[in-house]
Amino acid sequence: MIHECPVCGAELELGSGLIKGELLECDECGSELEVVSDDPLTLAEAPEAEEDWGQ
Amino acid sequence: MGTINIGFLHSLVRKEEKLLLAEFGKHPDVSVVMLDDRELVFDLCTVPPLDAIIERSINHSRALHALRLFDSLGIPCVNSYRVAQICGDKILTAVALRDHGIPQPDLRIAFTEDSALKAIEEIGYPAVLKPVVGSWGRLLSKVNDRDAAETILEHKTVLGSYHHSIFFIQKYIRKQGRDIRAFVVGDECIGAIYRHSDHWITNTARGATAANCPVHPELADLCVRTAVAVGGGVLAIDLFETGEGLLVNEVNYTMEFRTSIDTTGVNIPARVADYVIARARAGSRA
Repeated sequence: MIHECPVCGAELELGSGLIKGELLECDECGSELEVVSDDPLTLAEAPEAEEDWGQ
Repeated sequence: MGTINIGFLHSLVRKEEKLLLAEFGKHPDVSVVMLDDRELVFDLCTVPPLDAIIERSINHSRALHALRLFDSLGIPCVNSYRVAQICGDKILTAVALRDHGIPQPDLRIAFTEDSALKAIEEIGYPAVLKPVVGSWGRLLSKVNDRDAAETILEHKTVLGSYHHSIFFIQKYIRKQGRDIRAFVVGDECIGAIYRHSDHWITNTARGATAANCPVHPELADLCVRTAVAVGGGVLAIDLFETGEGLLVNEVNYTMEFRTSIDTTGVNIPARVADYVIARARAGSRA
């Protein structure tokens, strides 16, 4: 499945089984992307890390 | 046995969440309900038809409040609200460790620039300043002398939001390039890694490398007692090795483990999924 990176426009070859909310990385520009919809598959730039993120 | 409904509380889905979902998917009697914290609306009354919740939110504040709300509806949560509250706040963690006789680095807490400076001088240089709420090694400061202390305290007070003026000051532990992260599920320490780094912050999110750490009896015992101290469940415990024994540095309640599965040889997500399913089967009185 080919999709366009919403940041740099590069073509991304994506595997199956992606789910809403999943994080991906663009091989071309290194941007972190989020699957904002899995039907139809839609990508957006992932949100910036917030102060209370992570462990 | 009927179907078990597990609520999967999340925001962004990282590698850890995918691995956990894959493990839940191996149980034909388990149905997973995805709960995106960005879409949830609570009304304090409606009880969702869930047997348990696994909390995997990336935001501490959302996780904390969502857990309190689900907990108030009688749904078993892994981890519980109480555990999230304690582990999400370094002061509450320190108090819980103290109450249970768990060894930890010497520390001070202060609320003003002047008292924090006094506290740092009491601890001695270098000291470590940490945000009370925070993770991934962000905004940690190693304070090497009085000049640095005055500068950092002023910057925190002037530039930071109000909670950066709650000063958590820890004695700096010389850890010779590594610390330990151990994983506890229920009443067992299931594995541990050494985190190696030339930098004084040994967090894998900051580039530290991992190697297997054998779980010797002293480590297992301290980790299980630490888990009990903060309320139990699924926890990642950070420890320092010192000449006087192990010290517990921090306890994490939404643990990240992607780099630790191959390193430890332990299927961590499988162990977590099994624990959550067991909690769901046991019901809210477990």
